Amino acid sequence: MGKRTIVPFGPQHPALPEPIHLDLELEDEKVIRAVPSIGYVHRGLEKLVEQNDYQIMCYVMERVCGICSFGHSWGYAAAVEGLMDIEVPERAEHLRTIFHELSRIHSHLLWLGLLADAMGFESLFMHCWRLRESILDIFEKSTGGRVILSFTKIGGQFKDIPKESLAEIVIILENMRKELLVVTNVFLDDTSVKNRMCGVGKLSKEDIMKLGAIGPTARGSGVNNDARCLDLGKYKELGFKPILETDGDCYARCKVRVREIFQSIDIIIKDVENIPEGPVNIPVKGMPPMGDFIARIEQPRGEAFYYVKGNGTKYLDRARVRTPTNANIPILVKVLQGCYLNDVTMMVMTIDPCISCTER
Amino acid sequence: MYQLYGEINMGSFKIGGIVLSSAFKRPSTRLYPTVPRKWQDNTRGHVEIDPEQCILCGICSKKCPADALTVDKAARTWTIDRMSCVQCRSCVESCPKQCLVMKNEYTSPNVKKVIDTVNIPEKVKKEE
Repeated sequence: MGKRTIVPFGPQHPALPEPIHLDLELEDEKVIRAVPSIGYVHRGLEKLVEQNDYQIMCYVMERVCGICSFGHSWGYAAAVEGLMDIEVPERAEHLRTIFHELSRIHSHLLWLGLLADAMGFESLFMHCWRLRESILDIFEKSTGGRVILSFTKIGGQFKDIPKESLAEIVIILENMRKELLVVTNVFLDDTSVKNRMCGVGKLSKEDIMKLGAIGPTARGSGVNNDARCLDLGKYKELGFKPILETDGDCYARCKVRVREIFQSIDIIIKDVENIPEGPVNIPVKGMPPMGDFIARIEQPRGEAFYYVKGNGTKYLDRARVRTPTNANIPILVKVLQGCYLNDVTMMVMTIDPCISCTER
Repeated sequence: MYQLYGEINMGSFKIGGIVLSSAFKRPSTRLYPTVPRKWQDNTRGHVEIDPEQCILCGICSKKCPADALTVDKAARTWTIDRMSCVQCRSCVESCPKQCLVMKNEYTSPNVKKVIDTVNIPEKVKKEE
């Protein structure tokens, strides 16, 4: 038995995209135990519910995350709309689905780029981010923001997206699909990439169920907990089926995300074909009543959970977010046990923690 | 033929095609700052006010999630802290007189805190 050493990993580390600190207890090159600690970027966004009314909080909530901001505003709006019993127009629901899937594509492309960067594959990283840029351009052209869209409000969307713009989005996605095929093929077929990921960081179905992992991490081990199968959005109407892989290793988690990008493109194209005409918002009158409500939404990293509690005034008593990474930290600790030090980056990357999101 | 999220058909060409074609294509990036960025019409850049229209109602400051706006009725001033503004358009949406507009250019970078104060002129009552 070798001497045990503790290696601090993060919060600032070239291979880490997010400020998480891990104390890695090593025996030679093997990780025996990993102790995570977070709390470096806490901003206290939930506390702001005391000084911002329920409509203004939508702007605050979308700033929980810089990658999946649209999903956060939708999740919060859905919770308040449920509390106030507001029925959102059909067209707004379709637009929300389209923009949420566009967010998923850009989030997964960002992740693929970071994964390539963590492996030292710089050119692949740049090609992933080049493709992601076209999604950000769509966002800026249609909503005015590249990352923080400020597009959702309680009762619908701020403005309509004309038919021509939606057709343009479809053309951009169709063109992007051809390039995506080549780029994602490298992740799935390149020998050096496969050597880093195949058979590394295996998670069984039991581990996932026991530790409550969510998102592509769980789906990579064959556990379906995709919140898109629930009622929020137009996924059911569009015949959504979750993507599942069974291997449970880093490669399977990567494959789930790659396939989800293509699936999202397909969902958007189908949604644009089926989007009805009509208003995109309804006027919201009155205050949130006494009571509470929860909404669940599938963010790119997994299921996010929104809780709101009203008290009859324009200020909510409580607005709480449980972000996907919060649920994935136990599985991160589990997967690091027994791995080699050089695989730690791959493990952390494929679970894709978003710590800024977690700390809110 | 590629099967959409069914079975991924692996080619043997990998990234070589993109790398080779990139050598003969124009770069995807711009030579900043020689080539400036083109702003979209919708881009949320910065807020501007038309002082002639403003009635100093203060709704914009109440609706600002970042507390970037201050309206002083006594001094007849409208103040914006450019560093705190998050360009959410909340003030523009809520202004009853539509005197606030969101321009599509970002403000220039600064190393000091920028606070813009706009004097709101007295309204001349129309003689009946």
